[in-house]
Amino acid sequence: MTAGKEATQREQRAALVPLPRSDDMPSPGQRLSDVDEWGRSEHTRTIARRIFAPLYNNWFRVEWEGLEKIPKTGGALLVANHAGAIPSDAPTIMHGIEVERGRPVYGMADFFFREVPWLGTAWARVGGVPAHPDNALRLLRDQGQLALVFPEGTKGPSKTYADRYRLRRFGRGGFVEIAMRAGVPVIPIAVVGAEESMPIVFRIPALAKLIGVPYFPVTANMLLFGPLGLAMYFPAKFKLRVLDPVSFNVPSGQERYSKSRVMEEAEKIRINMQETIYEMLRERRSVWFG
Amino acid sequence: MRRVGRRVLITGLDSFWGGRMAQALESDPEVEMILGMGTREPTVPLERTEFVKADQTYSILSRIVAATQVDTIVHTFLVVDSTRVSSRALHEINVIGTMNLLAAAGQSGSPVRQVVVKSSTLVYGSASTDPTWFREEMPRTSPARTRVERSLLEVEGFVRDFAEDNPATVVSVLRFANVLGTDIVTPISTNLSRPICPAIAGYDPLLQFVEEDDVVRCLEHVTRQRIPGLYNVAGAGKLPWSEVTAICGTRLLPISPAGTHVAAIPLVRLGLIEFPPELESLLRYGRGVDTTRIGKTGFSCRYTTAGAVENFIRAVRLRRSVGDAPPSYTYSQDVEQFFRHSPAVVRSEG
Repeated sequence: MTAGKEATQREQRAALVPLPRSDDMPSPGQRLSDVDEWGRSEHTRTIARRIFAPLYNNWFRVEWEGLEKIPKTGGALLVANHAGAIPSDAPTIMHGIEVERGRPVYGMADFFFREVPWLGTAWARVGGVPAHPDNALRLLRDQGQLALVFPEGTKGPSKTYADRYRLRRFGRGGFVEIAMRAGVPVIPIAVVGAEESMPIVFRIPALAKLIGVPYFPVTANMLLFGPLGLAMYFPAKFKLRVLDPVSFNVPSGQERYSKSRVMEEAEKIRINMQETIYEMLRERRSVWFG
Repeated sequence: MRRVGRRVLITGLDSFWGGRMAQALESDPEVEMILGMGTREPTVPLERTEFVKADQTYSILSRIVAATQVDTIVHTFLVVDSTRVSSRALHEINVIGTMNLLAAAGQSGSPVRQVVVKSSTLVYGSASTDPTWFREEMPRTSPARTRVERSLLEVEGFVRDFAEDNPATVVSVLRFANVLGTDIVTPISTNLSRPICPAIAGYDPLLQFVEEDDVVRCLEHVTRQRIPGLYNVAGAGKLPWSEVTAICGTRLLPISPAGTHVAAIPLVRLGLIEFPPELESLLRYGRGVDTTRIGKTGFSCRYTTAGAVENFIRAVRLRRSVGDAPPSYTYSQDVEQFFRHSPAVVRSEG
């Protein structure tokens, strides 16, 4: 106790008398918030978890399968299918892994998010990170974190209900290349339920262009509840299945990887996820009760 | 074996960094001679630095370099704050000044063996498509729109060409993050020391700061060790703007996220805030630079980002209580000449 007091007194004296600085006096500074270098705040995250928990437990009644395949330590790239006009799968996966595995998950999202005032800031505080390859590499390789990507990008959530559970193209397979470079496994997650929680009936491309968003959906929720439908999910039963981690037998840290190999691995993961989703749908008796 | 000491030329001796750098080098016995150029008289007391008055584009520089046989040029005179000078002067100082400087350093038979340039992380800009951390070799992701950024990019282009043409010369370029400190005045420090501080509503970007003493220490480090290359320099960690302002005890004044520039004009005119275009994009998307490379050369900032902010606001608080320190020094040509060259002054050798 006295040591701390002495230190503060010394500091107060130093503020009044310009003492020469010595080399062994690093100044870490005091923090007032817990926002990390990515913009994530555990404090905000705790609040978000408290808000999302009833939705997770009672509304979507989320059930996981194979959660133990997500490692307790070390980096891994989680990939999942993406669906629902305002996707509910991202917060579900992040919430589930944080609560049940006790690890933070950084959700990689389009740059577009950053540009939207308030939403962009809120997204960053709850663990969203712009999907830049360098960001992913840092999270996975240097910091050994879990990063979540949706390789379908906006093509996933923007598809209409008629195309439900049909995986879109996996971009250019960038996620495989990043996992190879970082030397971490890819862990695919198949999600069933998100499609029905906010199905898109049709899209209005002209309106999307006008207000500058990637797509403008008209959802069944909106048709039923009006504007309120934007925040109102249908209580579809969520089931998530973690697939076996995929490791690539290549040296990490390379600048470039064979494009054909990358595309081949990405396609393999896509087919595996698609098969798993169909299998889960075969087992599903009811959209609402699982 | 007697080693011949280094002969150093510092540009912008009258500016904040030039004066600081000259003071720092004076205590180095390896530096034999320090020559400072400036458009006005130096504002800090200097023991042995010689001062030459020059116009801001350094048209006489090639003559000076040949006459004094300087082997090191420390180019600190680059304007990174667009609120201080007109756009004309900015171009003259940054672009034309650097061009003349490099022309002088690269002329045939030039004695110059090292050029140190103090640049800024402004060259990366600030955009939504940016990575969270910029490494030195990463290009900016959006076109440069502000004058300062464009001129700095042009300057760095000149320096790159110079390094290519003069492989024997050590070229060191340091990109410093936004500086905070006891003495330096920037638009950010001005805003932070006032009761209200601008922010763009809906955005809370992450920023990095570097303390002014660390800037001088780093310039000194690469100059002394003759370290070539391009380096980012910033304090460890990042802080959200809301936290920076909270540490400084100032209130946020949110400006509309749409039409920000227009909305800010009356506030700037009233003198409530300072809001140059560089700050506008910074307060939207922030910026982070990776400092691994400078760390590998054996340099580490003494202040983290949070430490720099705290140190800054402590100085502001002291100034609020006791007022500005009176200018303790005014340059007088005759007095300086007397102390440096009069036989009446007893100078200790070595």
